[in-house]
Amino acid sequence: MKELRLMKGNEAFAEAAIRAGTDAYFGYPITPQSEVIEYLMAQNPEERTGMAVLQAESEIAAINMIYGAAGCGKKAMTSSSSPGISLKQEGLSYIAGAELPCVVLNVVRGGPGLGTIQPSQSDYFQAVKGGGHGDYKLIVLAPATVQETVDFVKLAFDLAFKYRNPVMILSDGIIGQMMEKVELFEQIPRSDEEYDWATQGKKPGKDHTIITSLQLKPEEQEKVNLRLQAKYREVEKNEVLYESYNTEDADYLFVAFGSCGRITQKAMEMARKKGYKVGQIRPKTLYPFPVEVINKLSDQVKGILTVEMNAGQMVEDVRLAVDGKTPVEYFGRYGGMIPSPDEILNAFEQKFIGGK
Amino acid sequence: MNEEIIIAGFGGQGVLSMGQILCYGGVMQNKEVSWMPSYGPEMRGGTANCTAIISDEKISSPVLNTFDTAIVLNQPSMDKFEDAIKPGGMLIYEINGIIRKPKRDDIKIYSIAAYDESIKMKNTKIFNMIVIGGFLKVKPILDVENVVKGLEKVLPERYHHLIPLNKEAIHRGMDIIECEK
Amino acid sequence: MAENLIKPENLVYEKTNAMTDRVLHYCPGCGHGTAHRMLAEAIEELEIQGETIGIAPVGCSVLAYYYFDVDMTEAAHGRAPAVATGIKRVMPEKYVFTYQGDGDLAAIGTAETIHACNRGENFLIVFINNGIYGMTGGQMAPTTLENMKSTTSPRGRDIKTMGSPLKISELVAELPGTYYVARHSVHTPANVRKTKRAFKKAFQYQKDNKGTCLIEVVSNCPSNWKMTPVESNKWMEENMFPYYPLGDIKVPQ
Repeated sequence: MKELRLMKGNEAFAEAAIRAGTDAYFGYPITPQSEVIEYLMAQNPEERTGMAVLQAESEIAAINMIYGAAGCGKKAMTSSSSPGISLKQEGLSYIAGAELPCVVLNVVRGGPGLGTIQPSQSDYFQAVKGGGHGDYKLIVLAPATVQETVDFVKLAFDLAFKYRNPVMILSDGIIGQMMEKVELFEQIPRSDEEYDWATQGKKPGKDHTIITSLQLKPEEQEKVNLRLQAKYREVEKNEVLYESYNTEDADYLFVAFGSCGRITQKAMEMARKKGYKVGQIRPKTLYPFPVEVINKLSDQVKGILTVEMNAGQMVEDVRLAVDGKTPVEYFGRYGGMIPSPDEILNAFEQKFIGGK
Repeated sequence: MNEEIIIAGFGGQGVLSMGQILCYGGVMQNKEVSWMPSYGPEMRGGTANCTAIISDEKISSPVLNTFDTAIVLNQPSMDKFEDAIKPGGMLIYEINGIIRKPKRDDIKIYSIAAYDESIKMKNTKIFNMIVIGGFLKVKPILDVENVVKGLEKVLPERYHHLIPLNKEAIHRGMDIIECEK
Repeated sequence: MAENLIKPENLVYEKTNAMTDRVLHYCPGCGHGTAHRMLAEAIEELEIQGETIGIAPVGCSVLAYYYFDVDMTEAAHGRAPAVATGIKRVMPEKYVFTYQGDGDLAAIGTAETIHACNRGENFLIVFINNGIYGMTGGQMAPTTLENMKSTTSPRGRDIKTMGSPLKISELVAELPGTYYVARHSVHTPANVRKTKRAFKKAFQYQKDNKGTCLIEVVSNCPSNWKMTPVESNKWMEENMFPYYPLGDIKVPQ
C-alpha cells in the first residue's frame, strides 16, 4: 500500500535519508534546515538501520566527517543552509578532488553574509560553478516539491556512486519548511559493498588504498583534471533532467527552478488565460544544465524570461544555452523576498509585450 | 475547488497546527494540499502565520499574496492580511484580539468568540479547533470526520484521549460563528 | 660484501612490513621517520595492518600515506580528527589513527582536536610537536617556545603579542573523553622504545573502546631550527623538554 504522509520538506528529506540506506549523517544546526538533524535524532536511526548520526562541532568538521565516511565506501550525507554551506566548500573541494561520493543538502536562505533566514536561490552560482577552489563540479539537483526532495535523495546517492562525485540537493526555505503530501519509498538496506577505491582495510597481497587530492607533480595533477573533465562531460551527456510545460505551441518561454519554478508555473497559467502562449522549462538538474532543450526552443520562441530568487544567476546559463538566438530577460526578487505570480506576469508583459 | 487560506495570530495560539490539521483533513479527503509557515525568530512569541492550500488540482505556488480566506486571531494579523483577501473572499476573526473592526465591504466577514467558548469548555487549548469549526461551517470544503482524522495525525499519541473534546470543539465552533456582513 | 653479511641467522634489524618501500622525503636527522617506524612496528606487532586506517595531515607528514602500508586518507589542514570521526563511526571495528603536526593539530585544527577528544572518539591521535611549521619553511607554530625565532617571529616569540606556547596535551587530558595522554620523544633508543610501547597501549585501548588516546612526540626540526641533527637534539633536550616534559599526562585509573 502507498504510504502517504503530510511532511515538511526537511523532515521528509531526513526520513528519505534513513530509507535510502544512508550510513552516516553529520551536520550542524542552522535555520532553516535544523529539522533535518532534529528529525534524525528523534527517529533514532542507529536503532532503525544502524545509520550513524552525529551533531558535529561545526560545518567544517561535519563535511570532513563526510569525507572520512565516504572514503570508506559508505553512503554519507550532510545538510546545511547557505552560510554553513560556505564553510563546507573546502571539504567539498577535497571530496570532489579525491573523487568520493556524498550527498549535501543546501536549504538556501538569502545572503550575502548572515543575510536572512528567508528563502532564496542566491547560492546558484556557488552550487553549479564548483563553489570551492579548483576545477570541479557538483552534480546539482533542484527539487520543487517535498516529493521531489524525497525522490532526489535516492537519485543523489545513485549519481554520487555512479560518478564518485559529490551531489548537492539545492533546496530553499520554502521547500524545506512547507508541508505537502509525500509518498515514501520502501526502506533500502544499508550496503556492505566493498570498493577498490575505498579505505576499508588493506587486503592481504593487495596494495594499500590511498585517498588523496594531492599531486605534487603538475603532470599528475593535470591528469586528474583531465579525468574529472571527462567525467563531467559524461554527466552532461547522461544526466540532464527537466520538466517542460506547454512548450509545444509556446511563443514565449519561462525558465525557473525549484520553488520559484512552481510560482512561475502559476504565472504561466495566468499568462495563458490572458491569451499569451507561454511555456516553461523547469530544470531539475542545475548541473548538468538542460542546455539542449533550451537551445532548441530558442529557435521557436520570441523571448525567454528567467525567474529567480536571486539577482540573476541562472540567466547566465540560459544565455549561454540560447547563444544569442532569442532575447533573454531576467526577473527576480532577492534577500528572502519571493516573487508573486502577478509580479512575474507583469514583468513578462513589460519586457516582451510592451508594458501596461 | 481550490481554497487558499491564510491563518495568522500570536505564536502559541495554535495557528500553525490549524493549517496542518486542515491540510491533513484534505489528505484524508484525497485533496492536494500545501502548508507553508512563516518561520524564524518572529515565531518566538511574536506573530505567526501559515498558508494552507486545499485543492482538487495539483498546487503550483505554495506561497501566495492573495487569499480566498483569511483567519485572523489578533490585531496585527488583521492589519496585515485584511487587504490580502481576494474580492468576494472571506474574513474570519476572533473577537477578543481585535480592537479595530475590518473595513472591507467587498468580502464576507464572520466573527467568532472562540476564546470565550474555550473557557466555557474549560480548556483554552481547544481554542483553535473552535475556530476551525467556524471556518468549516461557512466554508464546508472538508468533512468534519476527515478533519478529525487529520487531527489524529497531527496530535501526538499521548493526547489522543483529547480527540472527542476537540471534535466537540469543532461542532461548538460551527454553532457560534456569526455573520457580520 | 654487505649482501654476504645479511643472512637470516645474523639479522638483528629489518624493515617493518607495515611500511612501504618508498624512500622517506624527510630531512636528515628529522624525528618523523623514527616516529613513523615505531607506529608501523606497533601496527605490525599487534597484527592489525589489515584493520587499520590512517589519516595523514597537512604539513611535513602530508605524504605519510605513501609510507604506512595501511589504507590511508589525506585530510585537509587540521581536519584529521573530523575525518577520523567519520571513518570510525562507519567502521567502528577498524583501528583508526591520525598523524598530525603542531600547526595542523594545535592551530588550524584545534576545534576538531578538542571536540574529538571531548566526544571520546575511539581512535589514536599521534601528535608530532617540533615547535615550528616545517613544510612551509619555518614559520611560528602554536607550540613555538617563548623567544624562539621563526620566520614569522624573527625577533623571537613575544608572548605579549603572539600568545604562549600551547600545551595541547595537558589541555585535552582535562577532557573526560580522553583515556590515555602521554608525551614522548624519539631521539634516543630508550625514548624510541617508550614511544612504541605507548602506541601499542593506545591501540589496545582502542580495541577495548576506551576513548581517545593522544600520544605527543616532542621532536626536532634541524632544517628550520637551522642546526645539525645532533645540535637540534641537544637544543630540544635543553629547551623543549623543560616546557613540554616527557612522561604520562593522563593514564587509566
